[in-house]
Amino acid sequence: MHDSGEVIIPIGPQHPALKEPECFLISLRGEKITAASIKLGYNHRGIEKACESRTYIQDLYLIERICGICSHSHSTCFVQAVEEIAGIEIPGRAKYIRTLIGELERIHSHLLWLGVAGHEIGFDTLLMYTWRDREVVMDILASLTGNRVNYGINTVGGVRRDIKPDHQEKILKAMDLLEERTKYYIELGSSESTLIKRLSKVGMLSRADAKNLGAVGPTARASGIERDVRKDDPYAAYAELDFKVITSDKCDVYGRTLVRLGELMQSFSLVRQVMQKIPSGPITVKTGRKIPSGEAVSRYEAPRGEDFHYVRANGTEMPERVKVRAPTLANIQAVSKMLEDRYLADLPIVIAAIDPCFSCTDRMVTLHDQTRHKKNTFAWETIRRKSISWYRQQGVDFKALNKKMAKLF
Amino acid sequence: MTDEEKIKQELENKFTYLKDAVIVKRKSRVFAAVPLEKFKHVFDYAVKNLGFDGLCAITGLDLGESLGVIYHLNREGRLTLNLTVALDKEHPQVATVTDYFPGADIYEREMVDLLGIAVKGLATGQHYPLPDNWPKNDHPLRKDWKGEAKHA
Repeated sequence: MHDSGEVIIPIGPQHPALKEPECFLISLRGEKITAASIKLGYNHRGIEKACESRTYIQDLYLIERICGICSHSHSTCFVQAVEEIAGIEIPGRAKYIRTLIGELERIHSHLLWLGVAGHEIGFDTLLMYTWRDREVVMDILASLTGNRVNYGINTVGGVRRDIKPDHQEKILKAMDLLEERTKYYIELGSSESTLIKRLSKVGMLSRADAKNLGAVGPTARASGIERDVRKDDPYAAYAELDFKVITSDKCDVYGRTLVRLGELMQSFSLVRQVMQKIPSGPITVKTGRKIPSGEAVSRYEAPRGEDFHYVRANGTEMPERVKVRAPTLANIQAVSKMLEDRYLADLPIVIAAIDPCFSCTDRMVTLHDQTRHKKNTFAWETIRRKSISWYRQQGVDFKALNKKMAKLF
Repeated sequence: MTDEEKIKQELENKFTYLKDAVIVKRKSRVFAAVPLEKFKHVFDYAVKNLGFDGLCAITGLDLGESLGVIYHLNREGRLTLNLTVALDKEHPQVATVTDYFPGADIYEREMVDLLGIAVKGLATGQHYPLPDNWPKNDHPLRKDWKGEAKHA
């Protein structure tokens, strides 16, 4: 304890309240936070350096693994820069498929966030509901791309997989279901007084501070800044689609919640428009392995905000320099401001409200039986069946909801 | 005249040494190579007179014989102006832009750690992204860095 009566508490890099490695040094006077400093870098894997000694195609898969949730955001942002340097115009159908995967990714990410936010304020029912709903969109991503995360859909010159006719009906039905569920969450968010009171005036970030500190995405939009790369600097098929940029002038965690809920509704509409307008034709154009010398800047509206990539090519198969500025890096600097003069108990939800990234689950699990020296591999469906049966044995049954969902699929 | 061409014209009219150094690559993308000693004038003009109210990122480069820094400015979320400066590899130094954009702090620290580019005026603070005990003068994004940290 300092002579001034202040106590400094280190939170992280490993701490039960944090889902990823960061270190927050919190100065406290009683329960009140007087200052917060953030130490980052614990998860830095040197991906930019690694890109310089790999081919563009290898880099595409490496870059997709920067984030388990926004994997498509990073791979699209990177490939757009490479295509711009090489002067490649990708087919219209490929642009729509990239947009479709991008919006499905936003839906799964925002539903995931809503659950995490619920959990951080002790509203675990919301976590259970939203993560259950999120499975609907994860299944679609798996059936479209073969993976729940790290979709591997992009390639230099277009996309690797086409949408099959039977996907269309499945996707549209899923949008109807998720829209119905999201309307329920919107109603909850506008009428549930405990939720409103817990999130209002918490983690305040004024419009001026959001701008000064370079906040992006829902964090900036909830401070009244109407910016969205999809609208401001359109890429993929966004210039041909109709959608609103959702903002709020509340400047708090509640505003960030409302913005993400509104964005979910926009994403459902965007997916429907994609399915309606997607042109027929090829999904890729042939390209060489070498990319001519040049440089390009690419921007992408990831679920957490603007993703920014700079690529410099030197005429070989490998890039000279790849620079990545993920949205969390832009937003994390606003967290200290949001924590000023708040209570320590607000810290988890304030940090969660910028939606920092943490890894998503694998699609397949391999279990090593130590006693029998035997290896068993379980498919995702097997794990799902086992978990449902385990919960039934504990007396938890979702039969009624399952029936309702079965009707839709 | 497009917005991009207007920016090129305004920069070239104001700073004669930028003639032929401003390139409109495509819609919303303007690049300009700026002499280091004139950088602050051009940056200041871009922010205060041309309306570039956001800083997307700062990229550090190892160009072999020299180092480089690109400041990716943004106007109302739309147009990006990318100002590049070349630096002497022996004593690379730029001035901080945190007086314009406080959020630049972390981007400048990254440049200090990974490329060894000194930033004059940057407040004393923590490393990013390297650990506090990382050896001095060991910068992983330099081209001659081959994958292992130098340990004292």
